[in-house]
Amino acid sequence: MGRMTLLGSATILKSAAFGFAMSAGLLLGQTGAEAAAKTAITVGMAIEPAGLDPTVAAPVAIGQVTWQNIFEGLTTIDKDGKIKPQLAESWQISPDGLIYTFKLRQGVKFHNGVAFDSAVAKFSIDRARGADSVNPQKRYFASIDTVETPDASTLVLKLKQPAGSLLYWLGWPSSTIVEPKSAADNKTTPIGTGPFKFVSWSKGSKVDLAKNADYWNKAVSLKLDTAAFRFISDPQAQAAALKAGDVDAFPEFGAPELIKSFEGDKRLTTVIGNTELKVVAGMNNTRKPFSDKKVRQALMMAVDRATVVEGAWSGFGTPIGSHYTPNDRGYKDLTGVYPYDAAKAKALLAEAGFPNGFTFTIKAPQMAYAQRTSQVLQAMFAEIGVTMNIETTEFPAKWVADVLKAADYDMTIVAHAEPMDIDIYSRDPYYFNYKNPAFNDVLKKVEMTSDAAGQEKLYGEAQTILANDVPALFLFVMPKLGVWDGKVKGLWENEPIPSNVLTDVHWVE
Amino acid sequence: MRKLLRRPVFLIGLVITLALFAVALLSLVWTPFPPTKMNIVHKLKAPLDFGFLGTDQFGRDVASMLMVGAWNSLSTSILAVLLGASVGTAIGVVVAMRRGWLELVVMRGCDIIFAVPPILSAMMLGAFIGSGRFTAIIAIGVFMVPVFARLALGAALQIWTRDYVTAAVSMGRPKAKITLVHVLPNISNQIIVQVTIQLGLAILTEAGLSFLGLGMPPPTPTWGRMLADAQTFLGQAPWLALMPGLAIALAVLGLNMLGDGLRDLLDPRDNS
Repeated sequence: MGRMTLLGSATILKSAAFGFAMSAGLLLGQTGAEAAAKTAITVGMAIEPAGLDPTVAAPVAIGQVTWQNIFEGLTTIDKDGKIKPQLAESWQISPDGLIYTFKLRQGVKFHNGVAFDSAVAKFSIDRARGADSVNPQKRYFASIDTVETPDASTLVLKLKQPAGSLLYWLGWPSSTIVEPKSAADNKTTPIGTGPFKFVSWSKGSKVDLAKNADYWNKAVSLKLDTAAFRFISDPQAQAAALKAGDVDAFPEFGAPELIKSFEGDKRLTTVIGNTELKVVAGMNNTRKPFSDKKVRQALMMAVDRATVVEGAWSGFGTPIGSHYTPNDRGYKDLTGVYPYDAAKAKALLAEAGFPNGFTFTIKAPQMAYAQRTSQVLQAMFAEIGVTMNIETTEFPAKWVADVLKAADYDMTIVAHAEPMDIDIYSRDPYYFNYKNPAFNDVLKKVEMTSDAAGQEKLYGEAQTILANDVPALFLFVMPKLGVWDGKVKGLWENEPIPSNVLTDVHWVE
Repeated sequence: MRKLLRRPVFLIGLVITLALFAVALLSLVWTPFPPTKMNIVHKLKAPLDFGFLGTDQFGRDVASMLMVGAWNSLSTSILAVLLGASVGTAIGVVVAMRRGWLELVVMRGCDIIFAVPPILSAMMLGAFIGSGRFTAIIAIGVFMVPVFARLALGAALQIWTRDYVTAAVSMGRPKAKITLVHVLPNISNQIIVQVTIQLGLAILTEAGLSFLGLGMPPPTPTWGRMLADAQTFLGQAPWLALMPGLAIALAVLGLNMLGDGLRDLLDPRDNS
């Protein structure tokens, strides 16, 4: 009975809300005709984050709502992937690369009125690197020895060893500056220094933001008064919402096969950009038979990457030969190291002692790209006599527990979203169980090197080692399939870091 | 024969069902193309453009997949229904023989199983033993047990009131023997009709499980997964959803018509 009553009242509420929305829509329609341009936007996202604090949890969806909209960092990364000053106006690096002196911006206020100064910056960095920190990129702060605040506008980081990528890391969502009093509640009510304030979060539906009228950066003129992120996981529903105008933009549209259906729609534009989403099939490098390099190389040669892209992602995507994307600095095309050659693959497999192939299981998350790629791989491995069973493993919870944490798997497949994360192969423990001292040395050298050209050369070496060792099957980079209203301008076309930066977004007539 | 012709429902049901079985058995020895063979160059081709019913997003032949899917669907469903029918009927006749508190316990147990949908129990089973054909058979079979237990109990109780059974009891024949000799043969008609009808339901449930990814894992083609995979291609390649959908509908329709026809045919009261 109780449920019935609730249902009844919910329906009444819904119809009331619907009626209200209808009349509001009519009103808006009338005023909209007179007003110049719209000042509100609804951006669609496939995955709803579990919390809204990017400094305590890894899922990229958190940063895609909050980074640069609510939270800002000492440095930032622009739409070309370049490091730019943000809350730090400028910096000086000592010749030995061990002392970073930041000059902080003055007159910056958090959304709750608290002023930003060096103490706040120190708090944020200490919180991220502290013993009980759960920061997803905590290891990036490991090189910091002490954080000093000589005065309110100066922050000094003293390092244990040079960290050539520190300024880049400080621009990440996980390195954003938080205010000491409100930090604990940022998961539900995020408070930052960004151009948008958090308004409300209707769980399961959307997050609402509003313009921060006191935004410190007067160089940007915010055109949006309000912005909302709506969460729609089903690609069919995403397409329907776009066509109906319920969402104005879907920067990461979920189904490449549906992209064609927007072609006839004059109102919507489709923008194919690049991302950092590297789809790789990781192997358990300590488990037989994957502990044998020849087996891994044979499997790599059994894979025709172009066909994988065609079958799994409708031909949208770029094949890769290592854990690196064409838009990363120092990229080398290594798809030719182990190109598709089923006959050679079979021979190499026989050499490794498996003339009749073997059987193993892939733990594949439920996402369409993972399932489809697995099925294509399954057919390709069958050609060289290898049987692969597909076990669907729910992402994120079960996948994180089984694969990422326990490394209890033969092979898995996932898209790695973080930019320049080739260092994951030097981590111990990490789910690949790949251990190569030579590779670790190269990455250590990257951090000891401060000039860009030298770093790029070293990154090239690191890519080559991976392409030869094949700790994972390097498959393709997913494109950013952006679909939005043609009148919306200022959204990022490419994605050098997972984000939805709304600062420059505006409507044109 | 003339009596059969006067029953078009039965005949249509029989033809559809036989065709289904024929296709399923044929798929064991022959399909137009290997059903799991990918040919991505020829992906999403329309029916008759490439292969009889076109190709899917991996360039696999839809007709071949449907044929193998028919076998997978039928074999899973038949095993599940046989499991449910044999266990359920056994429980039903034993309870009819004993009655008393046993009847109460078993019937309440049936109510509990009825309350849990087979999809849900398959999900639980799948979490423990992993998804696959075995999980599907058990989940659907368990769901069928109370259906047959109730039917067998009701029918058997009727038989127990018949004069010839009373005579046998008064002659001192053991109850177990009476159950085997008199009860089971006399309720078998009703069980067979029910098996046919439940088979349609089992096919539908199996397709549902596969649709949710709880059926047989890829690359084994199943109707349910073909339907699930076709979702986002609905605009580009509607036949991908249409074909397995039609196959499921036709199979269920055929089996239900056959079941209805059989019931009429085997009903002794209809002989007049």
